Amino acid sequence: MNNNAAWAGFQGRKWKESVDVRDFIQKNYEPYDGDESFLSGPTEATNTLWADVSALQKEERAKGGVLDMETEIVSSITAYPAAYISQEHKELEQIVGLQTDKPLKRAFMPFGGIKMANQACTTNGYTPNPKYNKIFTDYRKTHNQGVFDVYTPEMKRARHNKIITGLPDAYGRGRIVGDYRRVALYGIDYLVAQKEKDLTFNIGDGVTMTDDVIRLREEVAEQIKALKAMKVMAEAYGYDISKPATCAKEAVQWLYFAYLAAIKTQNGAAMSVGRVSTFLDIYIQRDLKAGVITEEQAQELIDHLVMKLRMVKFARIPSYNQLFSGDPVWATLEVAGMGQDGRSQVTKTCFRFLHTLENMGPSPEPNLTVLYSPRLSENFKKFASLISVRTSSIQYENDDVMRPVWGDDYSICCCVSATETGKEMQFFGARANLAKCLLYALNGGVDEKTKEQVGPALRPVTDEVLDYDVVIDRYMAMMDWLSSLYVNTLNVIQYMHDKYFYEAAQMALIDTHVRRTFATGIAGFSHVVDSLCAIKYAQVRPVRDEDGVIVDFKTVGDFPRYGNDDDRADDIAIWLLRTFLTLLRKRDTYRKSQATTSILTITSNVVYGKATGSLPDGRKAGEPLSPGANPSYGAEQNGLLASLNSVAKLPYEYALDGISNTQTINPEALGHSEDERKENLMNVLDGYFAQGAHHLNVNVFGREKLLDAMEHPEKEEYANFTIRVSGYAVKFIDLTREQQLDVISRTCHATM
Amino acid sequence: MQPCDRIGYVHQLESFGSVDGPGVRFVVFMQGCAMRCRYCHNPETWAAGGKTWTAQELFDRVRRYRNYWGKQGGITVSGGEPLLQTEFVTALFGLARAEGIHTALDTAGQPFVQEAAYLEKFDALMDVTNLVILDLKEIDERRHRALTGHTNANILAMARYVAARGIPLWIRHVLVPGLTDDEQGLRRMQAFIDTLDSVERVEVLPYHTLGLQKWRKLRMDYSLEGVRTPTEEEMRRAQELLQTRKYAGS
Repeated sequence: MNNNAAWAGFQGRKWKESVDVRDFIQKNYEPYDGDESFLSGPTEATNTLWADVSALQKEERAKGGVLDMETEIVSSITAYPAAYISQEHKELEQIVGLQTDKPLKRAFMPFGGIKMANQACTTNGYTPNPKYNKIFTDYRKTHNQGVFDVYTPEMKRARHNKIITGLPDAYGRGRIVGDYRRVALYGIDYLVAQKEKDLTFNIGDGVTMTDDVIRLREEVAEQIKALKAMKVMAEAYGYDISKPATCAKEAVQWLYFAYLAAIKTQNGAAMSVGRVSTFLDIYIQRDLKAGVITEEQAQELIDHLVMKLRMVKFARIPSYNQLFSGDPVWATLEVAGMGQDGRSQVTKTCFRFLHTLENMGPSPEPNLTVLYSPRLSENFKKFASLISVRTSSIQYENDDVMRPVWGDDYSICCCVSATETGKEMQFFGARANLAKCLLYALNGGVDEKTKEQVGPALRPVTDEVLDYDVVIDRYMAMMDWLSSLYVNTLNVIQYMHDKYFYEAAQMALIDTHVRRTFATGIAGFSHVVDSLCAIKYAQVRPVRDEDGVIVDFKTVGDFPRYGNDDDRADDIAIWLLRTFLTLLRKRDTYRKSQATTSILTITSNVVYGKATGSLPDGRKAGEPLSPGANPSYGAEQNGLLASLNSVAKLPYEYALDGISNTQTINPEALGHSEDERKENLMNVLDGYFAQGAHHLNVNVFGREKLLDAMEHPEKEEYANFTIRVSGYAVKFIDLTREQQLDVISRTCHATM
Repeated sequence: MQPCDRIGYVHQLESFGSVDGPGVRFVVFMQGCAMRCRYCHNPETWAAGGKTWTAQELFDRVRRYRNYWGKQGGITVSGGEPLLQTEFVTALFGLARAEGIHTALDTAGQPFVQEAAYLEKFDALMDVTNLVILDLKEIDERRHRALTGHTNANILAMARYVAARGIPLWIRHVLVPGLTDDEQGLRRMQAFIDTLDSVERVEVLPYHTLGLQKWRKLRMDYSLEGVRTPTEEEMRRAQELLQTRKYAGS
């Protein structure tokens, strides 16, 4: 297939002989170091369609957050005929394809768990056809059922008491990014042929049938079916995607069809799109040079793709919404980054993706992510900063720390975690609550809320005043127990997910012999650090109730806190991270995956906090934990950069799954004019990432705006008011009041 | 004593300032001020006290933020009144300038006197200062006394002295409705600013009531109770009277 006409004008050889999208990109992309002046505004078609979508979103909100739900059809790649944003304007849609038969209608996906699928409907006033309850209870097992068949009593107790929490045992694990670009570059037929070749020649020795070999053979067979189904789905829209895309429009469309297959079959907590901008730019450049399209049309293609990504929806249950509020899907999409050869991977299409936030206004989805390096062109850095100042809708991740680990063609598979595109997948594993673990260490494994014996009945701490060395000793023992239980619980979940809710569409677009990471996470990070500091540097007296369980603390004296660039506290932070990771790595992980960890909690910090008792740092029982790797509320006494310096000290190599940090800056504190603000924000980003920090969410607005939006959500200006929270973005008015108050109470850097 | 061992009394450190000098800046708020401006939003910095730092210690702390400063940023020392601790600031700025770091002094000028002994110290500070940000409260002597409890003769003299040395100046004026916004005063102030050759920027800062809580906490009477912040229109008018646009430099 070396001389396919679709590839006319493309350079390189290796990518033509085997699936190698990175090689294609490297041989063909043109770095762009100019400014944003070439960009085009929205076309009339874009305005018309976006008005249609906005009206639907408004209707959705008016109906309490869900516009429509499927009750009769089990979702699959081919479950629905072609569907459009509106029948009236369907000829305007440059990029087509919806998840179901109507825009914003949520599909019925029972393979993760029939109870959840049913509950998602009934809590929103819909009744699924009862036959599915019977089918998915009596005839076909689900992921959720598999997990609960196997959980040990200890696992159930730990889960119930929320020391391990947010587990994907009742929802899709997500976080698997298919290399959707492959469909555009190679067409389905070639990809099927490659997988068939793998099935014949490349799994085991072809004779010996061990568990591993049988499982992988079955998975690849499923992948092939998924690929073939993608072709059928595209045919319904009048496209033949069996062959490579021949132009920019087809490239965008083929890529979107591949992604659409994923979101028709999986409702994972993160359904990332991946790193597509530089890839698509090659096709756009070719068409622009040939005079086949104009800049206006190029922007329109990107606008229409992004419009579709803004419409991705899943049916969720209330407890899920409490964890991940604002209806996120993490359609994470990356732009920029540097190449291994030192060239910037910024292309005009990186600008075009960010520009969608101007053409169609701010939006939480897709989760636009800039892979940042101080070495990116100043033009691009300033443009990204400007978009942040104007929309608060993008996040930044440090390409200079990720590239050495994941190469220069990684994608962000959830909110902030990297995986090499098409080569790796991740087992998402939620969080262990290390703040609660500290209380278990003090209370001998007894839960401070339920009084249940959850952890091992180790000796409780009975001192009048807590002694640092004693506490550390007990804490290490309790973390040892927790890390083992946590990894083993996740092993159960990942096993069952593979078995009953396998991501065939995504995995079909990843190499057959995939590398796997095992992504654990930490909740309550800053509170543990500050509590240990309090025990070490101040006097902490536990308050015990009538059962002898510590329910509160009296802390006297000053102590250093994480978030002030104070090494006394920050060294403890580094110790905590390294210690927990080391304990995790001792365990056997499912499918020999590589254990990693993260410090990112999304909006779940509110729910996790509710289940966690008072802590020595002064945080009271039930109060929210601080999100991600953020310092605790009120801890930051020396301003934004001191806080950033503390977070930047956490070594990325200890938390390869990500260290998320969210900061809100008052526009007045960022500079007098927009020019000053974008310049200063760029300097902040340069400085933070030059020190090896991993991630930053940037919000630019004042507290007053949040307060007003909370009180007057009906105002037009707040309809799309987007804010960054830990690892993703939400429309502020879609948060619960509790979460809104939480966001408002966080430090807003506003010194003037 | 080595200059770098000089002790300073510091009220607060702010790692991220972007409006007190060009670019991203580390701002050191010194403790102590003799002026008693009726609208002061940091009255807790008036009294002596504060945390002690040696110049070297503070510089080592400040230097941690160098990565954030880009081409323009650096250190600003504000207050309180930094000129009450001239030798300390000189030592700190000396350390900074030795590494090519931009230094800005944010002052109200009240301690300035034109006496040889004082000027010797002041000159040493100016030798290591890239920018002076001078807060002009009032141009009229009588009104200045009423507002701050002090004469402004020496402050205006300092402005002239700094300008004569060719050190870039940013002039700031806090606009308090009914107090510091009279047309004649603003015109006279503009005329005075015009005589200063090194002025790069003139800023009108709107009076705000964020400091009110601090006065209450200190159990002091706040004489501007009920005074409002200026409207955008009043701000625009003051900016026109002070001809801020003429000074577009940074």
